[in-house]
Amino acid sequence: MTMRKLLILNLALILFVLSVANSRAEVFSPVRFYLANGLEVAVIPNHRSPVVMQMIWYKVGSIDEPPGKSGIAHLLEHLMFKGTNKHPDGEFSKLVARNGGNENAFTSFDYTGYHQTVASDRLEMIMELESDRMTGLTLSKKDIETESDVILEERRQRVGNNPAGKLRLEVNESLFPNNHPYGRPVIGLQGEVKSASRTDVLDFYKKYYVPSNAVLVVVGDVSPEMVRTLAEKYYGPIPAGKAPARPPLAMLDLPKSGEVIVRDNSVRQPAWSLNIIAPSLGNSSGANVAAYEVLATVLGDGTTSRMYKALVLEGGKAVAAGAGYSSHPKGPGRFVFYASPIPGIDLDVIADEIESEFDKFIKNGFAVGELERVKKRMLANAVYVRDSLKSGAWAVGGALGAGHDLNSVEQWPEYIQNVSETDVLEAAKKIRDESRRVTGKLLPVLANVGSGD
Amino acid sequence: MKNNFIAILSFIFVIGGFTSANAVEVKEVKSKSGITAWLIEDHTNPVISLHFTFKGGAAMDPIAKEGLANMVSGLLDEGAGDLDSQSFQARLEDDAIALHFNAAKDSFSGTLKTLSQNLESATELLNLSLSKPRFDVEPIERIRAQILASIRNDMSKPGTKAFDALFAKMFAGHGYGRRTDGTAESVARIKRQDLIDLHKNMLARKNLVVGAAGDITPQELAKFLDAAFGQLRETPNITTVLETKPKESGDIKIIEMDVPQSVIVFAGAGVKRDDPDYYAALVMNHILGGGGFTSRLYDEVREKRGLAYSISSNIYSFDHSSVIVGQAGTENSRVGETVKIIKDEWSKMSVNGATAAEVKDAKTYISGAFPLRFTSSDAIAGILVGMQVDNLGLDYLDKRKSYIGAVSVSDVQKAAKRILRPELLDVFIVGKPGDLSAIN
Repeated sequence: MTMRKLLILNLALILFVLSVANSRAEVFSPVRFYLANGLEVAVIPNHRSPVVMQMIWYKVGSIDEPPGKSGIAHLLEHLMFKGTNKHPDGEFSKLVARNGGNENAFTSFDYTGYHQTVASDRLEMIMELESDRMTGLTLSKKDIETESDVILEERRQRVGNNPAGKLRLEVNESLFPNNHPYGRPVIGLQGEVKSASRTDVLDFYKKYYVPSNAVLVVVGDVSPEMVRTLAEKYYGPIPAGKAPARPPLAMLDLPKSGEVIVRDNSVRQPAWSLNIIAPSLGNSSGANVAAYEVLATVLGDGTTSRMYKALVLEGGKAVAAGAGYSSHPKGPGRFVFYASPIPGIDLDVIADEIESEFDKFIKNGFAVGELERVKKRMLANAVYVRDSLKSGAWAVGGALGAGHDLNSVEQWPEYIQNVSETDVLEAAKKIRDESRRVTGKLLPVLANVGSGD
Repeated sequence: MKNNFIAILSFIFVIGGFTSANAVEVKEVKSKSGITAWLIEDHTNPVISLHFTFKGGAAMDPIAKEGLANMVSGLLDEGAGDLDSQSFQARLEDDAIALHFNAAKDSFSGTLKTLSQNLESATELLNLSLSKPRFDVEPIERIRAQILASIRNDMSKPGTKAFDALFAKMFAGHGYGRRTDGTAESVARIKRQDLIDLHKNMLARKNLVVGAAGDITPQELAKFLDAAFGQLRETPNITTVLETKPKESGDIKIIEMDVPQSVIVFAGAGVKRDDPDYYAALVMNHILGGGGFTSRLYDEVREKRGLAYSISSNIYSFDHSSVIVGQAGTENSRVGETVKIIKDEWSKMSVNGATAAEVKDAKTYISGAFPLRFTSSDAIAGILVGMQVDNLGLDYLDKRKSYIGAVSVSDVQKAAKRILRPELLDVFIVGKPGDLSAIN
């Protein structure tokens, strides 16, 4: 069961989702067009079931928040369910449910999205609703007060009650210092969430929630012609608008600190991660990031990966070890190594093992046939993702919502296929030599250290 | 459609009830050796999903060896036949086959997903894992260490602690009261022979149910069934799980933990899947605390007062008992207020039932949202297994709408009165709740 207003905080998780989603390449072949007001539309017909999913992605996220207003993009996302003149008092969700539909929404650094899944003969209804709240949002002071309380509970659930969540935020803050937008939590700082005003929220809404700043993705049992007709009817009349330019995301600063430690009374199983700045689709090419994806797979995806073998299987030092790479951000991407130790093994020992295994790979390269095996396995994902209705919407919407070339999705198999051993080793050396890196450590409080497992 | 190898029953239904263009046929396929499976064919994508379940599971774990079924589920893909752990895993990865096993309270189940071009390899690997698992010492100790780490992680999560406490209390002395993953102590006690015994005794053809979806024909499926499951023993040798009633007492139990947000779980006796009141209870629960953003609990606790981010209730129907369980997370100082609202809503629904409009909306949602699940082979195979486990019949997909449709306002009232007894509602709070005097 999905929880309304899923907030995406975990980059590593997104990375995983998108790296799977990204691989659906040539299968999706979306039909794309623009309305006269600039709304970009992508349609992926899929007639397996009489079901349709509508997603609208606004090219605005927490990175666009004005100083002192952290969390406002996410707060607005919550408030979008409150009501309009036409559909007041939470009628949006009631109508979706009354029509047997499911819905949710999410906020990330780079974008904000809303989606509904309904029987395909109800597409018009959800388009009417979604287009209505693109301009019609009405908010009371009470709505904002209550909803900021809800968000503070969300924050407690994700951060206050969860030391691993707290560590993630602190790693981001350190890796992206000097007020870089990726260093601020999407969910916002506690005091700033609480002090957001009605005017703040509505200003933000009016500036960014406009057709020329949005992408509409429709997948399922529909025809592109029908989607075009309905989109023109409902979204077409909305004035184009012009959203402000996105903030600069280039980042050359060194981390605030090379190591972040979170100690908490509740921690029973320590964890370690090494977070390194890497290229992304936002500042590099699909062909280039493909080499980093292959690198992450060979080093750290699954039980036959280099890191799992070295630390878990043979070394007996960790219960989990791996690597991951997120290529999808508008700004810098991230390469991550992670591990959870066996009781009694120091996290610095883990770090040394990972480094030495990485060096070994750089020195010796792939084993015979290893690169081809990894690529074959990755390419199979391009077939699997086609099997699910929703993965197409997420992949296409994610790429267009972040402002990436859709080739990063559609040509993905080709990019992977063309990656050479040299490409992967070059990428590995860049990761090795990158000084913008932060180690994250999750540990029990000092008094508990050595008290066994 | 019959031939020498396969007897096929089939039922055609129309998803959502729109046009015959969306008709879907559920077929029952029987293999030469008598193993049956339900199938929905779809050759659009070259992908096959197979789900299977053995009746059994963690409720049958021996006393003091809790977590045994779970540990077996972690080891079947860690070496089988001539393949050691790494060779087995490499075969799966090279052929892009996803094979997973899972233990739950009433079941030991697995999922297999493969590209159709690799069906033969997938079949062979599944057969090996089911009929010739090696249980080598290295993977046993590695998986044991991973389970222990996961248990340590669980112990730092207030939500897990609350649910553990709830099940331990409501099903004290019964298999359902014990952790599926076991405890640090019980997992440490499990011996190789225990794993071998469980595997031998629980995984059999007679307690097996299979669902298949995607790019596979009935003929191919029949062949698959024999090749994958044909070497299992005929009849399982498993203990009986007794029928049990959850122990309700209306107590509030506090488990202290130093966190800013208390996790609150609350529970009472529910209804089993085969209970005549099941559909009425489903509708009632949807109105009270079901999914989506429209339930009474969601409205009162979250929308109106901002007391929680997540708040919901669910009916857990086990094979031999049932509970209705809800959960919420609230800042420590406001726990009393939240619990009071939850109890009030419990009472209100119990005394007054739901309005005609609420019942109508809930029925539309429950009927309408079901077909939305048929959007991947995985999901479809899972639904087909669930239908067989719950004895719902081949025509269930078609009949379901009429079962929901038949629920009346007074049925919901009757179910509410029967299930929701606020004086017996058990509440478990993990955190540092403040003043709770508001509750009574």
